[in-house]
Amino acid sequence: MSRQTTDYPLIFERSVAGRSGYSLPELDVPDVETGALLRQDYLREAAPLLPEVSEVDLIRHYTGLSKRNHGVDSGFYPLGSCTMKYNPKRNEAAVRLPGFALIHPYQPEKSVQGALELMYSLQGYLAEITGMDAVSLQPAAGAAGEWTGLMMIRAYHERRGEHRTKVIVPDSAHGTNPASAAMAGFTIVTIRSDERGAVDLDALKSAVDSDTAALMLTNPSTLGLFEESIVEIADIVHAAGGLLYYDGANANAILGYARPGDMGFDVVHLNLHKTFSTPHGGGGPGSGPVGVKAALIPFLPVPTVAKRSDGSFHLDEDRPLSIGKVKGFYGNFGILVRAYAYIRTMGPDGLKRVAEDAVLNANYLLRRLSAYYHVPFDRVCKHEFVLSGKSFKSHGVKTLDIAKRILDFGYHPPTIYFPLNVEEAMMIEPTESESMETLDAFVDVMIRIAREAEETPDVVKMAPHETVIDRLDETTAARSPILRHTPEQ
Amino acid sequence: MKPFSYIPNTVADRAHMLRSLELSRVEELFADIPASVRLDRPMNLPASASEWELMKELKGLAERNVHLEDAISFLGAGAYHHFIPSVVDAVIGRSEFYTAYTPYQPEISQGILQAIFEYQTLVANLLGLEVSNASVYDGATALGEAALMACSHTRRKQVLVARTVHPDHRAVLRTYAAGQAIGVTELAMSDGQLTLRDLERELSDDTAAVIIQYPNFFGSVEDVREIAQRVHARGALLIVSTYPVALGLLEAPGSLGADIAVAEGQSLGNSLSFGGPYLGVMATTSALLRRLPGRIAGQTKDRDGRRGFVLTLQAREQHIRREKASSNICSNQALNALAASVYLSYMGPNGLREVARQCLVKAHYASDRFTAAGAELAFTGSYFNEFVLRLGTRSDHIVSALASEGIYFGVPLGRYYPELEEHVLVTVTEVMPKAAIDHTAERLEAMM
Repeated sequence: MSRQTTDYPLIFERSVAGRSGYSLPELDVPDVETGALLRQDYLREAAPLLPEVSEVDLIRHYTGLSKRNHGVDSGFYPLGSCTMKYNPKRNEAAVRLPGFALIHPYQPEKSVQGALELMYSLQGYLAEITGMDAVSLQPAAGAAGEWTGLMMIRAYHERRGEHRTKVIVPDSAHGTNPASAAMAGFTIVTIRSDERGAVDLDALKSAVDSDTAALMLTNPSTLGLFEESIVEIADIVHAAGGLLYYDGANANAILGYARPGDMGFDVVHLNLHKTFSTPHGGGGPGSGPVGVKAALIPFLPVPTVAKRSDGSFHLDEDRPLSIGKVKGFYGNFGILVRAYAYIRTMGPDGLKRVAEDAVLNANYLLRRLSAYYHVPFDRVCKHEFVLSGKSFKSHGVKTLDIAKRILDFGYHPPTIYFPLNVEEAMMIEPTESESMETLDAFVDVMIRIAREAEETPDVVKMAPHETVIDRLDETTAARSPILRHTPEQ
Repeated sequence: MKPFSYIPNTVADRAHMLRSLELSRVEELFADIPASVRLDRPMNLPASASEWELMKELKGLAERNVHLEDAISFLGAGAYHHFIPSVVDAVIGRSEFYTAYTPYQPEISQGILQAIFEYQTLVANLLGLEVSNASVYDGATALGEAALMACSHTRRKQVLVARTVHPDHRAVLRTYAAGQAIGVTELAMSDGQLTLRDLERELSDDTAAVIIQYPNFFGSVEDVREIAQRVHARGALLIVSTYPVALGLLEAPGSLGADIAVAEGQSLGNSLSFGGPYLGVMATTSALLRRLPGRIAGQTKDRDGRRGFVLTLQAREQHIRREKASSNICSNQALNALAASVYLSYMGPNGLREVARQCLVKAHYASDRFTAAGAELAFTGSYFNEFVLRLGTRSDHIVSALASEGIYFGVPLGRYYPELEEHVLVTVTEVMPKAAIDHTAERLEAMM
């Protein structure tokens, strides 16, 4: 890639009046004037402002845009907490089968038995993987799964005649945790992590009371560290009548080694677009199935997929204690097909290998980088780890600069400035789909950048140098927002 | 060691890496998991399948579904069978797009960021409003989010929703509202439409928003302008849920007084896929901009003045504001929004109008044929491409008899509306051939 010399045109700037690419059949029923069928006062006076482009121009436009984008298929993408593993091509082929792509959600159940069976099997696979008793496939993403789980927790307490208002969240939690809890109507209590990056048990004990609805925990945490006191944590929360919520963003680390259900978690969500290889799509679609222990099954959202005694499958809407519907139709089915394909491809031994190689890759990277970057929590990590860029601050180099310099070498940078409890944080997650050579090459680049930060800091501070565009002015973008193209612009 | 397609490490690689960690076995990396919670057995899952075995299994499952090329389908009700041009899959199948994450690093994400900016422009233009976000999960959740926006903006805790809004969307709205202790009141309908009298009776100074659908769940076009006037007179907001394809012909909701317009965006180039993934379209006025949920892309410049795009107004979002965020949404439906953009850009103003016109004209042809065959049109209002037929006491029998012949004759309404027990909602789009309508009319006549 090299710097753009002229601005890349918008699709609207390629528009020429009268040009078109679409192709439709002729109307095959007798034509009738539109105004005779629809009320005149609601017909458009002017056509909507859409571009008029030829098919060739359209394809070149989007192909050009795609070249200005970095995906997992373009190169290494160690974005912590996002599990940017390889997205299998056979899964993409599977969702395009007409028997999956071209079925309507309101078709008679008899005519969609294959789809329902796939969903039913997937519910079972995910229950086994997480150690839970039942699973809903409805939530469209991780945050939607969190909110769904918290609504169930609320319904569970209310059914027992308790109105518990607080949800406890560690300071290292994803921002979605407190945001989802607030959407479900809870007040958030944030507790600090201890010096080893774990939940501070004293802080937890003093935060827990009869008003505690749940503790939300990511395990391993966003620091990539397993909560060694998980059994004690579960006991503390349960003893107070609260429930334990598992944020499955980091489930990739423990597949086949440990299950949230066995650790004492009552509700879990998984991100199929992280652990189960479905593509992130540049920001979705994802899928965030929720698993629960038996006591919460009555509150699962409607519908669930159930099996009848005759072996047929159906959508079960008759669930009087359900929290209701959380999404239109039945979840992101196309994503469910991909996750099913992944689980069937890997099998139980393959999924365990996923955890092993993800964790091995992360520890190998951590060991190799620890001589050059500050490691705030120096212990065995799981699938990801956090470095701090604070040692370069004396040279005027920030973590942001390091991230931008990484771009010059064809990599996506780590997650930066998260988790919030580490100064100048860089969170690195290699995943199991990367080879040792890729990791070694990345280490070489990171060593080079560390040297540059000390010896020629301006090279880092002025990065990136090789991308199509330089650092963008985000302050002006937020202060005087331009959020759509207008012709006079 | 069994090889897996997506795990490159060899036995030698693993040994080398373990040596560098001064470990001998990979299990030692899991020693921090307390023994009492470690899984001491293989997971009870079917053994791994090769690609050939997997595809055979999946084809087997897919073939147990009747796909719509093998049926005559009058199903709609929020999910529509429209023609999807090949350019859509050609673009969303480019892996630089579909294997990327949310564009946190703009310098290597200009492709998706500009595509989102163009999507926002297309949506704002089509819906006749000033700003759009980068999408939410689907039409139903967009409605829920819109209600939360309206409540936080007006600082009121009551929303009114017409019974002519999609029943599943109303159900999702109730779940969203329950979390925030927002009251939801349903507005009665008469002849398949919300009446101004019923609206006036329920409107109060506590009303944050009134929610209607345009065209409504039954396909009818309601008195949006008059409704808007009355809603605004009480200081409430008007939320309009719409059907983007219909806007090829119909006036944009923003031009009719909607403060927030939402839509199920599936009809724009996204496959039916048994209900998802789809996209929730959302647009609003500048006044409500900072209450929008989710990602928003904005235009800016780099250090040398080159035009570029970034995610902006992030102070609304969960990763910055945490529990004070405007929504918890993180992943949205970026790839589905990209499909919608490609569809709209490809069809252009004339193509979209032509699709809408064919939907409209064919639906009326079908309705004439079906009423001639003995069914009755349930409502008198004008409609776009969906209409309600009364089939009489044998309705369920007729619908299942037609289904057994491969004709999905609409969505039975009794489940959602007890008073419409003998009715079906019939949908016709541009992909319905005249011959299929004629054949269905003949079969219907024989069964009535």
